[in-house]
Amino acid sequence: MTLNINKLNFSYPDGHVALKNISLRIGRGEKVALVGPNGAGKSTLLLHLNGLLVGQGEVKINGFAVTKSNLPLIRAKVGLVFQNPDDQLFSPTVFEDVAFGPLHMGLSESETLTCVQRALSQVDMSHYADRMSYHLSIGEKKRISIATVLSMNPEILVLDEPSAGLDPRARRTLITLLRNLPLTMLVSTHDMLMVRENFPRMIIMDEGQVIADGATESLMNDIALLEAHGLERPFDVESKA
Amino acid sequence: MHPTLLDRYQLKNSSIHRLDPRLKVVVTIFFIISNVSLPDGAWGAFLLAWGVILSVSFMALLGISYTAKRAMIVLPFTLTAVTIIFTMPGNSLLTLPFGSYELTDAGLMRFVSIIIRSWLSLQMAILLTATTSFVDLMHALRCLYVPQTIIEIVSFMYRYLFVLTDETTRLLRARESRMAALPDRKGGGSLMWRARVAGHMVGQLFLRSYERADRVYNAMLARGYNSQLSHPVACPFMRSQDWTSGAVAVAILFLLQIVGRF
Repeated sequence: MTLNINKLNFSYPDGHVALKNISLRIGRGEKVALVGPNGAGKSTLLLHLNGLLVGQGEVKINGFAVTKSNLPLIRAKVGLVFQNPDDQLFSPTVFEDVAFGPLHMGLSESETLTCVQRALSQVDMSHYADRMSYHLSIGEKKRISIATVLSMNPEILVLDEPSAGLDPRARRTLITLLRNLPLTMLVSTHDMLMVRENFPRMIIMDEGQVIADGATESLMNDIALLEAHGLERPFDVESKA
Repeated sequence: MHPTLLDRYQLKNSSIHRLDPRLKVVVTIFFIISNVSLPDGAWGAFLLAWGVILSVSFMALLGISYTAKRAMIVLPFTLTAVTIIFTMPGNSLLTLPFGSYELTDAGLMRFVSIIIRSWLSLQMAILLTATTSFVDLMHALRCLYVPQTIIEIVSFMYRYLFVLTDETTRLLRARESRMAALPDRKGGGSLMWRARVAGHMVGQLFLRSYERADRVYNAMLARGYNSQLSHPVACPFMRSQDWTSGAVAVAILFLLQIVGRF
């Protein structure tokens, strides 16, 4: 198992209970979508995967428990991309942002250069290396954000609402990119069309709990379940439109 | 971030909390003026002033050490006055081995007095913010005819402090999530590189705050803001207990000056 979560509970300092008894397993190479209404606890769960939040229970990545002493190793394995690319990109140029991870891991300049070029070409942004991150379009920023973790050669890619706010072309490019990346993936999203296209397995969360976990095709057909948790089946969205 | 994590207001139901906010603002200002106008080395008056602060903290149900601990933050700033130890004329206590700097008794006394005055004044300000909600404080300032522009600047700073803190937290979190290591490498980067990354982050934060300010201002203009919003302000009458408390405060301030000067 690449990712193993066992009975994870978490409350924020103000007392709000965000995760209740979460248990799930994700195998190598699996592409899993995490869906649910706003405030369901999806982002909170993702922050546990590389130890930015630590709850009660067990989170293991490739057999390593997410504990303080393991954090640097865990962070090399789990590439976490935040929902807002402006949070992800904190350096003046695209190159510096994509190079941050490899340089921090102690790679030499030439190794870093190779990693950055590979990551940028994976997201089809090679010619953006010297551009200023801050003034790119949101679609470009999203792709650069993904490159900032791909350059670290992670085993699991964890994305928080990657397609939110994108125009149709940028969204299409992102969907194709995610489909072609040969990595284990856990993606939190509201984009049910993307889920149907890219993710064979789907986990529904609501009020801090895992409500359902199964094959996307069968869960998508359970309209009552989807509607009970603030979701819509993409076919219905298409017909309404 | 939830406002209560940053806000210093302590929701309690005490006689101090219930006092008219205008009175608390005025008394705080006069207390600070009285404090800074006490002569150097007025130890008795300083002690009495601290006794007053402790008593009010106790009455406000804040606990004895609430203000004293928090006011320690002023200490690094008082270091700006450290040169006074050597520049003020007086009896020489010590000559430094380098240069011809002499530490004088009058200089030392003034420096210690400055530290105590700053510490006491900040404690009083903390007491004000701990017992008066931000909304009440702004309303009191309006009733006291503080210019609207200043009140708006303070209100915006308060409102966007939370946004800025959140923004900083998210930037730091993004950096932390990529602070990875490999088992066979010494990572972490050089000190210079880390400093450069931190500097870039500060720059990003400034850029974002600046552009956000622009967007907020445009949103205000779009809703008819014309730089001189004047709210009709309804200021309630002071109650008898407010007048009594005010009289006690005036008496204490006089007492402090008498103890300090004679």
